[in-house]
Amino acid sequence: MPTARRPFNPFRSEADAYRFLILTVGYFAAIVLASVLGGRWAGLAVFCVLTVAAVSWFLVRDRAGPPVQQTPTRRAAEGERRILVIANETVAGERLRQAIQGAATGGPSEVLVVSPALNSPLRHWASDDDSARARAQNRLDSSLARLRELGIDASGQVGDSDPLQAIEDALRTFGADEIVISTHPEGRSNWLERGVVSGARERFAVPITHVVVDLEAEEAAARS
Amino acid sequence: MEAHAHADGDHPPVANVSSRVDARLLGMFLFIASEVMLFGSFFTAYFFVRVVNGYSWPPHGDHLPVFVAGVNSAILLTSSATMHWALQSIKRGHRAGLQAGLVLTFLMGATFLGTQIAEYARIGFAPRDNAFATIFFCLTGLHGAHVFVGLTLLLFATIRAFRGHFSPEHHHGVEIPGIYWHFVDVMWIVVYTTVYIL
Repeated sequence: MPTARRPFNPFRSEADAYRFLILTVGYFAAIVLASVLGGRWAGLAVFCVLTVAAVSWFLVRDRAGPPVQQTPTRRAAEGERRILVIANETVAGERLRQAIQGAATGGPSEVLVVSPALNSPLRHWASDDDSARARAQNRLDSSLARLRELGIDASGQVGDSDPLQAIEDALRTFGADEIVISTHPEGRSNWLERGVVSGARERFAVPITHVVVDLEAEEAAARS
Repeated sequence: MEAHAHADGDHPPVANVSSRVDARLLGMFLFIASEVMLFGSFFTAYFFVRVVNGYSWPPHGDHLPVFVAGVNSAILLTSSATMHWALQSIKRGHRAGLQAGLVLTFLMGATFLGTQIAEYARIGFAPRDNAFATIFFCLTGLHGAHVFVGLTLLLFATIRAFRGHFSPEHHHGVEIPGIYWHFVDVMWIVVYTTVYIL
């Protein structure tokens, strides 16, 4: 499975750092040459052009084209279906349970529920994800217990805070035939706002079902 | 990735590691960010003195040894090439190339630092003379300190190379000083261009 594009870091390795040094020498050599030959305004113009070109390259490098679709290696036994479920707060939703139940009927199937450990950006960059993982684990445990009550033998794991990364991680070991992504309704879903579902459809060559879980409506219905 | 405690208690639990941000990558990002801020503060002072204050650069009566510093720059850039050669050599299993590359890099780095110290002694102005002199010595001195740290790392790597350490599979002890050395060279290019030439 091809890996996703890595973030830009000119000092990732010695070879990258050496290449960056050569580019820096070229950048400043062009500015000095323009200053010497055409005066300070020519130098300033070259500086502006090269800087804009460098910044533009940095901004568009991640939009160079659609990502290569990743096809997971099939790991299920003959005749068995593997369903990968990605859900966070909605992992406890009735609608999602019904969707899993529907997908799992009609033959032997194996269900893996992945709950991404949602974290704040600051904690994420500080690698402080213990509490986020604990919360995700709690949600997962209650959801798995409910699925077992319904007769679905599902396993679960806590995944990366980025749902697409969590899917990729799970596909490496699970190799699903179908992915079910559960989100809040439009307008309340951070994942929909970030284009997680469309991103997953672009990135993974696996049928993807999008389930919308309205927890507030479910709670209101349960109360009434 | 879950933490598992071993029943026999002879291992600590495996640490959770995010699959997105590798600890070494995070460390390098933080390092680069801190260095950029450090050099950035000195460059801010430099541009303030030069542009906002409207001083002539260098002030009348002071002369920067542009040619000597240019030769010194060439030496430092060549040392980056030998550093790259050293790492490529060990990746291909050529120990002699690794040793020669590291020795040459160290010698050229030491030559650069020695020349800079000699330049300080002959330059004809002192840090206390005026704002120009202060910022000149601060910027080049800060860079010189980085070269000294790089030379220390290179010395350890060179000693280890002669003691038979490193292999095509395991050469982290050369890779990290190499990254640092190239970073120091990049900063010198910025210092030399802005302070000496432009």
